[in-house]
Amino acid sequence: MSDTMHQMHGTGETGAVQPAIELRGIDKRFGAVHANKEIDLKVDKGTIHGIVGENGAGKSTLMSILYGFYQADAGTIHVDGKLCDIRGSEDAIAVGIGMVHQHFMLVETFPVLENVILGVEGGAVLRDGVDRAREELQRLEREYSLDIDPDAIVGDLSVGLQQRVEILKALFRGAEILILDEPTGVLTPQEADHLFRILETLKEQGKTVVLITHKLREIMAATDNVSVMRQGAMVAHRKTAETSPEELSELMVGRKVLLRLEKGDANPADTVLKVENLCVDNAQGVRKVKNASFNVRAGEIVGIAGVSGNGQSELLEALGGIRSVSEGVVELNGQDVTPGKGVDAAELRRRGVAHVPEDRHRMAMVTAFSAKEAAILGYEDDPAYQKGVFLDWQAISNATANMMSEFDVRPANPDLKAANFSGGNQQKLVLAREIMRNPELLLVGQPTRGVDIGAIEFIHKRIVAMRDAGKAVLLVSVELDEIMSLADRILVMCDGAIIGEVAASEANERVLGLMMAGVDPNEAKAVEGQS
Amino acid sequence: MSTTVQLPRWIDVGALPLMNLLLALLISGLVVLAIGENPVQVVEILLYGAFGYEEAWGYTLYYTTNFIFTGLAFAVAFHCGLFNIGAEGQAYVGGLGVTLAALYLDFLPFPVMLVVGMLGAMIFGAAWAYIPAYLQARRGSHIVITTIMFNFIASSLMVYLLVNVLRPEGSMTPESEQIAENLRLPFIHDIAAAFGIEMASSPLNLSFVYALVASVMVWLFIWHTRWGYAIRTVGANAVAATYAGIEPGKFIIIAMMISGALSSFMALNEVMGVQHRLLIDFTAGYGFVGIAVALMGRNHPFGIFLAALLFGMLYQGGAELSFEIPTISNDMVVVIQGLVILFTGAMEHMFRPRVTKMYTAWRLRRDAQEAA
Repeated sequence: MSDTMHQMHGTGETGAVQPAIELRGIDKRFGAVHANKEIDLKVDKGTIHGIVGENGAGKSTLMSILYGFYQADAGTIHVDGKLCDIRGSEDAIAVGIGMVHQHFMLVETFPVLENVILGVEGGAVLRDGVDRAREELQRLEREYSLDIDPDAIVGDLSVGLQQRVEILKALFRGAEILILDEPTGVLTPQEADHLFRILETLKEQGKTVVLITHKLREIMAATDNVSVMRQGAMVAHRKTAETSPEELSELMVGRKVLLRLEKGDANPADTVLKVENLCVDNAQGVRKVKNASFNVRAGEIVGIAGVSGNGQSELLEALGGIRSVSEGVVELNGQDVTPGKGVDAAELRRRGVAHVPEDRHRMAMVTAFSAKEAAILGYEDDPAYQKGVFLDWQAISNATANMMSEFDVRPANPDLKAANFSGGNQQKLVLAREIMRNPELLLVGQPTRGVDIGAIEFIHKRIVAMRDAGKAVLLVSVELDEIMSLADRILVMCDGAIIGEVAASEANERVLGLMMAGVDPNEAKAVEGQS
Repeated sequence: MSTTVQLPRWIDVGALPLMNLLLALLISGLVVLAIGENPVQVVEILLYGAFGYEEAWGYTLYYTTNFIFTGLAFAVAFHCGLFNIGAEGQAYVGGLGVTLAALYLDFLPFPVMLVVGMLGAMIFGAAWAYIPAYLQARRGSHIVITTIMFNFIASSLMVYLLVNVLRPEGSMTPESEQIAENLRLPFIHDIAAAFGIEMASSPLNLSFVYALVASVMVWLFIWHTRWGYAIRTVGANAVAATYAGIEPGKFIIIAMMISGALSSFMALNEVMGVQHRLLIDFTAGYGFVGIAVALMGRNHPFGIFLAALLFGMLYQGGAELSFEIPTISNDMVVVIQGLVILFTGAMEHMFRPRVTKMYTAWRLRRDAQEAA
């Protein structure tokens, strides 16, 4: 490990080219957390450099230090061989570093052009700046084939295009080095491919790209070099061509990890959940789910794939009794349980529907509560937890300890505040709470979002175990890998409608990706057949 | 993202409020110096006035009773995520409930009357809180705005009723008739006398015992019942509550009605206990100070008891102070009370980040030493 680092340093020092970025001994603490431990990193000019690591490994902190959001406690930053003191994003921009954040920083009601010049209008009168910017923008678009209409309103653009506006913003400010933080989280596979092509063009034009991600597939597809972080430390540097996903994941986790889930065939039995012509509107009255019809049988996992924001969340929330349904019928074991008509989340729970929602912090947990308080959320009416009119905290504490040992939640302390558990352990507690009820139907959304690789393996196994115990499972995930490895049947949602179904055995990324983008399933399969 | 060690309880609820209090007193001392008086002497008189003799104790605890009720009222709503500034109005209308019960149901025997008086206050106070609660739960009108407005409405309503309806024939003061002697809450000194113990006479009455019982009940309710759990869930994360099948609107209404009922108990102390009639503006700001009491007491009944005692002391000691030192007017006493509210309530988080940081650093050093 360390000798690799020496090798890379060696090439940097003897080579004629200065590295675009060099970090030396970057160290950063947040209170008790040592977020970055003496990080050394060299990014060569004109390359795409990946940085991988689990959530909380310190990738974002490191990039925030580079971009001036945080100041390092120790260590130096060199850009093009020159020592730089970066105290804010202005300093970073001044030395040619641009950043595309995970959450876009765009004014949705402004056109592309005005978004791009935001902050660098160049004078009190907007017109002059806009005119000058227009020429420059057109040049940039041509050069990097970004393909964007400068007068389009940003709010009307797709997420993939909005991301290009962010890239354009950075380039307009003269960025030579572009940092992208988890850029593909919100993209379809096709959009992601397009992004990587843009990055490739940038590289050809001599720009340097730093790509932060936790998806190994993207690292392998798009980068020249890769650096791996684990628990705040930089543990390895590799040339992408000389490494493998297996090696990288082992470096990330610190032990061998099974990337493919082993599971047997499904034995579907009776229909448990039947959904017919379901329509769900959001608070603004916009129809988010359009005429969805499907069923889930006992002993199978049905996956719902789709780009984030295409109605999956609303569908799952409606089935969990959190949102009311505008039209359509939901049946559970033949009984009408359409949410809204006297059926709420509590009623569905009583009928054997367990729900692991997509957003743990917003919905599944009360982070201000202790673990044992969080462990009865939704089940506080259970007679086993009552002692007369009072809650039986001793029984609750025992039940929580039981959940913790069964699902390997660490630290196994029912009195600890929920907020003090890591994301993976919070998620395991939520899963324990829902699964150990032995429900008829398990609704589960993004079960492994923000969860370490080690815990992902465990969570996937538990979900498959539910299926093998003859329970019905409905899985919503934006991670295609997860859907493909867990689900027995895959439904694809686009713009609120279920546009098709694919058996897991026939599914691949291209077909699903095309369907997620709204291409008719038959057409998608035909396109796939030609290629 | 900066993770820190959780503060132990003794710092969280003990040392931090104490530091804030000392700072408030320090600045009060400077103000006292500025008007040319001796701060040490002022503190002496304040403490003597509050605790120095038997009668003073009685008065201090009488004020404390009001603060316990309004503090508990604020805390229950706060656990549901609601900032109820309407305790003043709820207590005022609660007073109407007690008075009406006492004036029109005066045929009832004494022990029944105790319960009926309490019910009268509760029903009226809870009903007054119900309207803003309903508006918040079902119409999304912000509870801060509506409760503050309802204080004004309560005030106008009561003036109207006292002047036009409840004022006895021939009386020129806007107050109700006296309530019958057998319907009054017994004074503590009278109860003590019945057991042969002699105590100085003071307004302290049976409602102080009610306040202590209410504190225990609130503690049990909030932390040991399903409804309390539901209320805390709604307060901490309303979306998670919906997910769990706890309807936020329902518990907003429940929490506010309990809050209103607790506020109204203040009227038991004032109307049934001390004044024996309904007076104009008998709430005298206790409802608002209850906010500071609850915040300082970290919304926990035990903390509220301590904070209520502090404010009881400031009220009683302050009255003594303006009596003993004429240059320190009543306004000056209000300034001192205001500073205490400012530092313990509003600026409660001033020291917290620094203390947390220091404590974290100390813990890390200690852990490192232990590991070595």
